[in-house]
Amino acid sequence: MNHLPLIIKREYLTKVRNKSFIVMTFLSPIIVIALSAFIAYLSQINKDKVRTIAVLDESRLVMDVFNSTEHTTYNLLEQLSLDDAINVVKETSAYGLLYIERHDSLQAISNRIKFYSEETPSLTLISDLESKLEQKLTNLNMSNNGVDLDIINKTKISVDIQQESFAGEKTSKTDSLVKLIFGIAVGYLLFMFIIIYGNMIMRSVIEEKTSRIIEVIISSVKPVQLMLGKIIGTSLAGITQFVIWLILGGVLITVLSFVFGINMSEMQSPQEEIMKQAMTNPEVNVGIQNFVLALFNLPLTNLIVAFVLFFIGGYLLYSSLYAAIGAAVDNETDTQQFMLPVIMPLMLAVYIGIFTVIEDPHGTVSTVFSFIPFTSSVVMLMRIPFGVPIWQQLVSFLILIATFRLTVWFAAKIYRVGILMYGKKPSYKELIKWIKY
Amino acid sequence: MSNLLEVNEVSKNFGKFKALNNVSLSVPKGSIFGLLGPNGAGKTTLIRIINQITMPDSGTVKIDNEFLNENHIKDIGYLPEERGLYKSMKVGEQALYLAQLKGLSKTEAKARLEYWFDRLEIGDWWNKKIQELSKGMAQKIQFVVTVLHKPKLLIFDEPFSGFDPINANLIKDEILHLRDEGATVIFSTHRMESVEELCDDIALINKSNKILDGKLIDIKRQYKINTFEVGLKTDNHEVVTHELAEKFEISTANFKTLDNELKLNIKLVNGDLPNDLINYLTTKGELSHFVELIPSVNDIFIETVKNN
Repeated sequence: MNHLPLIIKREYLTKVRNKSFIVMTFLSPIIVIALSAFIAYLSQINKDKVRTIAVLDESRLVMDVFNSTEHTTYNLLEQLSLDDAINVVKETSAYGLLYIERHDSLQAISNRIKFYSEETPSLTLISDLESKLEQKLTNLNMSNNGVDLDIINKTKISVDIQQESFAGEKTSKTDSLVKLIFGIAVGYLLFMFIIIYGNMIMRSVIEEKTSRIIEVIISSVKPVQLMLGKIIGTSLAGITQFVIWLILGGVLITVLSFVFGINMSEMQSPQEEIMKQAMTNPEVNVGIQNFVLALFNLPLTNLIVAFVLFFIGGYLLYSSLYAAIGAAVDNETDTQQFMLPVIMPLMLAVYIGIFTVIEDPHGTVSTVFSFIPFTSSVVMLMRIPFGVPIWQQLVSFLILIATFRLTVWFAAKIYRVGILMYGKKPSYKELIKWIKY
Repeated sequence: MSNLLEVNEVSKNFGKFKALNNVSLSVPKGSIFGLLGPNGAGKTTLIRIINQITMPDSGTVKIDNEFLNENHIKDIGYLPEERGLYKSMKVGEQALYLAQLKGLSKTEAKARLEYWFDRLEIGDWWNKKIQELSKGMAQKIQFVVTVLHKPKLLIFDEPFSGFDPINANLIKDEILHLRDEGATVIFSTHRMESVEELCDDIALINKSNKILDGKLIDIKRQYKINTFEVGLKTDNHEVVTHELAEKFEISTANFKTLDNELKLNIKLVNGDLPNDLINYLTTKGELSHFVELIPSVNDIFIETVKNN
């Protein structure tokens, strides 16, 4: 008798009706968005503060680059000694004093520029000042050496290499960026999904053990059926939760940005201005267009099919292990010793994905790990946007499925024996013995 | 009468541990069969094999002359000793789920559940969660779930544990009622008085081996020790005792009477019949008490397990 649909239905309904599940489903997107809004708000407060920076330019060469902006006011001091200037800064409680000594050569000037302040100045401020001074002094230096700046500006050439594969597929840097973002997003998504819902499966197996209902259930159904039912039911609940998160997140972000949009135009915040500039600036506009184009340039059909297959394959592989762990122990605290070997390959996959796939998507390391079943789902999904031959994807997927069948067999063995074992904290040796039963 | 269940030379090992060693037994149709044995003897393993939870290493099990297969799952109702229900699930929902796993349709399961809930007067529990019920209440639900699909074979492992005397009696009556309706019951328990009261046949398992089985009456007959409890009104206890000791094996007995009689356990030897003893005793005084000592299941259990 096939009870799988019945078991899946029960597992699914118990999960989605669970109070903490419902609370988590509806609260987490609100919490996440509220938190990021709060952080954004905090950094906004930080930016709103106007800094005053005193500048004592004895060389009188670079004064004209310090134009006050909304967040920084430059106070140009003149005809003061350094000590007096410092006193002035202290009295006016300005943020700091930029001191440029007078020297004959520009090189000497640049070597002796100092910044005095009460506290260690912020890194962004210093690098901002440095770039301003560098630009000005370089320009001066060029003029002094008889170089015409106008000519330099006019004759500047920028290069943007166009990439094209042998098959005639055109790619660009934006494409690579999109692929990178896609790869990391998919890798993390799978990682999170496995950890969250794998744990959920494990807990539900332990619950059946501790409530002692297990013996009644498995006198009616085969343990493998129960295990698969649990995995599938919990996964469906997980997908439900994810979809709700996506919809809720989308709605919340739209609502919030709508509310904030109005506020921002009222406040005339600098970002808004930059955005407006960006929208009117043809170059940036082209950039956004490129980004969207790059999205469509991805091998979409392949990606979607591969995503579904590898996501399901990888998830099932790991969740069967989680189910076996749940069956082997009596309570959650005993799971620790078995969790590490499960989480390690998963972490490895994500880091290999981030560090090697992005560096060299078709290098030896990435290729090998995209075939090893415990890392393939993550690594292969990260590689596919960069173009992986179909045969490689197929072989990798077949290996994944074969391993999945093997782990299910293995997990089912442990599960079958483990669910009826109480009071013993099993060792690995014990587990191997169970497989032989 | 044919047998509903036939277990034939079943063995099962867990690693090096032998849980069952060539155990055979047959359970007659429509009987209540007591499966007895000390803790860890292998009873639960045998029950799990019958339920197809574990597979035997060797040997066969037949139900209704058919080798055990998946179709038999719906023919068996099993109440394990280690029992429980999903704590956060509602009573009705849970019972429906478990009944459907046994192959009942939803509508039929519901109708039968209503019948049983009505019968045991627990109808108002339908929407309660298990965690809101007491242990005894949960046991009742579990009993209903076990018998709901009208299985041919019912297996109860310590069915009365957790029940108060009133409910234990109620469940006992239900078990008898089910037997009368044609079900066969396997009954595993350490409560010998309920074995005495309910079982037609028994099997005793000790240290993975079956050491005794058969009709309870036959076994008792077999363990009968031809001993009678006797009360005799006589003037001189010592003389009579001395005389009796020459003809029979005697020992002091312990039972309550109204007068101060001579109380003895007398074992017949040399092929004497009970009537011979009575005739002899009446010549010695007035016979006030004469009862054959029938060994209790408890005695048989302890004796066979010890001698094993």
